Amino acid sequence: MVITQEDYGEMGDSKLNLLQGTLDLMVLQTLAAMGEQHGYGIARRIEQVSGDEVLLNQGTIYASLVRLQQRGWIDAEWGVSDNNRKAKFYSITKRGLKQLDEDVEYWQRLAAVMGRVLSAGSRD
Amino acid sequence: MDYLRQMWNRVRAFFHKEPLDADLDAEMAAHLEMAVDENMQRGMSPDEARRQAMVRFGGVQQAREKQREARGLPFVDVLGQDMRYTLRTLGRDAGFTVVAVLILALGIGANVAVFSVVNTILLRPLPFPDAGRLVRISTVNPPCGESCRTYSADATREFQERNRSFERVSGYFAFTGPDNYKLMGRAVPLPVTGILVEQSFFQTLGVQPMLGRLFLPEECIHDARPTVLLSYPFWKREFAGKRDIVGQAVNFNGTAVTVVGVLPETFDFGSVFSPGAKVDIFTPYVMSDFENDGNDLALVGRLKPGVTLAQAQEETNSLFPTLDGDLKHPEWKPGYTGHVIGLKEYVSGRLRRSLIVLWSAVGMILLIVCVNLSNLLLARAVARSREFAMRSALGAGRGRLVRQLLTESLILSGAGAALGLAIAFGVTEFLAHQGSIALPLLGSVRIDGEAVGWTVAIAVVAAVLFGLMPALRMASGNLQEALKDSGHGTSAGRKHEGLRSALVVTEIALACVLLVAGGLLLRSFLHLLDVDLGFEPARATAISLDFDDGQKRTARAGQWQEIIRQVKTIPGVETAGISDNLPLSRNRSWGISAKGVEYRPGELQGTFVFIVSPGYLPAMGMRLQEGRDFQWDDNEPVVIINKTVARKLWPGQDPIGRIATAGGADARVIGVIADVHESSVEGEAGWQMYLPVTVPQFGPEGAELVIRSALPPGTLARSIMASLRQIDPGQPATEFRPVQRLVDHATSPRRFFVLLVGIFAGLGLLLASLGIYGVIAYSVTQRTQEIGIRMALGATRGRVQRGVLGKTLGLVVAGVGVGTMGSLLATRMIASLLFGTAATDPLTYAGMVVLLMAVALVAGYLPARRASRINPMIALRTN
Repeated sequence: MVITQEDYGEMGDSKLNLLQGTLDLMVLQTLAAMGEQHGYGIARRIEQVSGDEVLLNQGTIYASLVRLQQRGWIDAEWGVSDNNRKAKFYSITKRGLKQLDEDVEYWQRLAAVMGRVLSAGSRD
Repeated sequence: MDYLRQMWNRVRAFFHKEPLDADLDAEMAAHLEMAVDENMQRGMSPDEARRQAMVRFGGVQQAREKQREARGLPFVDVLGQDMRYTLRTLGRDAGFTVVAVLILALGIGANVAVFSVVNTILLRPLPFPDAGRLVRISTVNPPCGESCRTYSADATREFQERNRSFERVSGYFAFTGPDNYKLMGRAVPLPVTGILVEQSFFQTLGVQPMLGRLFLPEECIHDARPTVLLSYPFWKREFAGKRDIVGQAVNFNGTAVTVVGVLPETFDFGSVFSPGAKVDIFTPYVMSDFENDGNDLALVGRLKPGVTLAQAQEETNSLFPTLDGDLKHPEWKPGYTGHVIGLKEYVSGRLRRSLIVLWSAVGMILLIVCVNLSNLLLARAVARSREFAMRSALGAGRGRLVRQLLTESLILSGAGAALGLAIAFGVTEFLAHQGSIALPLLGSVRIDGEAVGWTVAIAVVAAVLFGLMPALRMASGNLQEALKDSGHGTSAGRKHEGLRSALVVTEIALACVLLVAGGLLLRSFLHLLDVDLGFEPARATAISLDFDDGQKRTARAGQWQEIIRQVKTIPGVETAGISDNLPLSRNRSWGISAKGVEYRPGELQGTFVFIVSPGYLPAMGMRLQEGRDFQWDDNEPVVIINKTVARKLWPGQDPIGRIATAGGADARVIGVIADVHESSVEGEAGWQMYLPVTVPQFGPEGAELVIRSALPPGTLARSIMASLRQIDPGQPATEFRPVQRLVDHATSPRRFFVLLVGIFAGLGLLLASLGIYGVIAYSVTQRTQEIGIRMALGATRGRVQRGVLGKTLGLVVAGVGVGTMGSLLATRMIASLLFGTAATDPLTYAGMVVLLMAVALVAGYLPARRASRINPMIALRTN
């Protein structure tokens, strides 16, 4: 899937740029899987899990985090990391889990439909 | 639900910017530290680790901005930024800001004031409860004045009983003159104006008394205890607003009258029924007292809920012709007709066209203001083109720049609107207190919520109108070109010249239309003033005499004779006379016909009748064309008729000596006078007859002493009053009214209207000339280098001046051309308002063209002089 983004500069066209909605979903998924995590950890995890295919300016995660927080899908709390650094830790809420389930279902359906449609008219 | 929570959190975040920013900074710092740690663990050097961390992180500032956008109210932030910026730039350019705000204030203020007037007079319902159901019943096509719009007491009573469409039908006595009562009990009796109203008049209108109560049925019958209702201003003035006035007896005309109530402040009889008149008290109209008095009630009704005007009209059409005029004289079949018309429509319908013209005129002023401002803003925008190019290059989108400029326009407009509202407030307060202008409902003109809403609306529309074009022009510049532009005198400065010229041409065209309209209306008004009224108001003064209705008629003639004799002895008085009614005031009509002639129905008209003393006709300056004036020894019925009656009753013959049936008696015609405008200045003169007071049969209904003198009335007032008091000690302190004032009062609505349109035309001219000056001056500045080169190459000063003036004239000619065409179209709308002037009157158009040219030349002269003074050496060297 190729999704283009608005005003982030082109930094190489082999990687995929992310829409803000998809990044939010990835953050939710990460927190659901990993439990409590700080911003850096979430960003690193997304990079790793997506096999480095995703073009992510790590800083953009903070816009995503504040959005999710304002919607009540994640909670935040200052704490201490393993390296004894002070960091803000995020965790997913019950409402966030519910939202995650809905979104995952939607994406899977969408991916299936698009796959069918795109392969139906494909040139062989 | 989540969305709501997000909105709420956004608002909270908006107000906690600093702590949240600090929080984010801490978080990002921690993020970077952790990234550096990880990189170093992988084996990078500290510098490399840090560099890689920053690269992976992306732009820190960008991340901050994105987070801020996501968490707060970015729209509000941007708006705040724009506003602060605008206020700064406007403050720097104080001269421009002040001028812009002032002309906006004038334009918007004038619009709001006119809107208030139009709203009060045309749009707002009358100040009565459920006013939509109130109607006036008037005759269809009355050939004479008020007396043909009235109905008799018996007919009214019958209609009240037989109708089914009306909840109530009531009326008032339509033939009251001013100062018909005297308030006694003080050193000098005070003249008071009172109206007789039918028993259910106030109930029909829905007016509740402020104090006390309304009339009871037993107070409206013959020989009942005299009662009176006071109007609010009269009560405040003469009784000091004392609440115990109810139930007290007051002496009017020597009779003790009980005050039963005081009417509320909001009720103003004159404002609705008789514009320009002030009514002080109300007394009951006793039906039985007026049974033989003919038609004297003006009818007002309240429809039953659910009944439409059409239904009421149908019933009226069927009932009215069957009504008896006078139960005691069943042979009189008046054949009434009735036109049921909404009361609001009756009161202000006539004025609709004038008010719409006024509204259009003031709208045009606003357009001119907007065009002017557009021009100013364009010029200003050119000067700022580099600033915008820079912002564009730094990433501002076109939308953002346009928004910035529109914010400027809105702020200017808002300031102008605030000031304009204050101006409008002052103007409406002034108008509301002008009792002398005979416009209905004028006293209740005020700035209310609707006017404020209208102000906001025009402010926004004006801002868009004058701000949008410069904004769009500005935001779409060529970046490179603008950044390289060295300032004045090169192509970018000339870029908008075509547009600016077009705008000025528009301004001139609009001003042209206003000037033509104003000129036409002015000429109409001057023609009106020239109308031959049939009498000479110039040196005549009138004063109401103490009139006792019950006085024996034989004694009355003697009294009048004595008064006139005494007054004539006063030095300075040329001649004097008495009449019961003056022209352009109230009037009444009887019938006249040639004796012995059969007339078909509809051939005869109601004839205005005036009971006069000998000497009245010369005192008023009326012209006898044939025959003679009355004399004191005329004991038999004689009559003087006007030309119209003479022509109608004895066409082609000499009427002198013929017998006419006038007012029920056989009267010999002894004179014919020229037509007098007895009911309006603009209309035609009707049928008129003058009867002598010396004949006891003819009963006057008042007494107005008219004195002709070269001296101003003030000097004679005391001696005349003394003479009058000598003869009748009960003479109240009535006012000396110059007869000219009657004429002025009759023409006051038109005068007012012409004044306003004239002011708007003048304003439009001023704005247009400012616009011309602005454009020409600016173009000279832009072309300084070019002019310098020309002069260096040999052009003389005169040549340069002529060039500039030529350009000015070019603009004006174009503007006048468009404006003339526009005027020809627009003046069709006011054609019905003109008097004696054609809508295509060439003199007016020519005058306007000359005026505009002259003004334009003056406006262009200063820049032309400046251009010719340019020193070529300096011009070529400066940038």
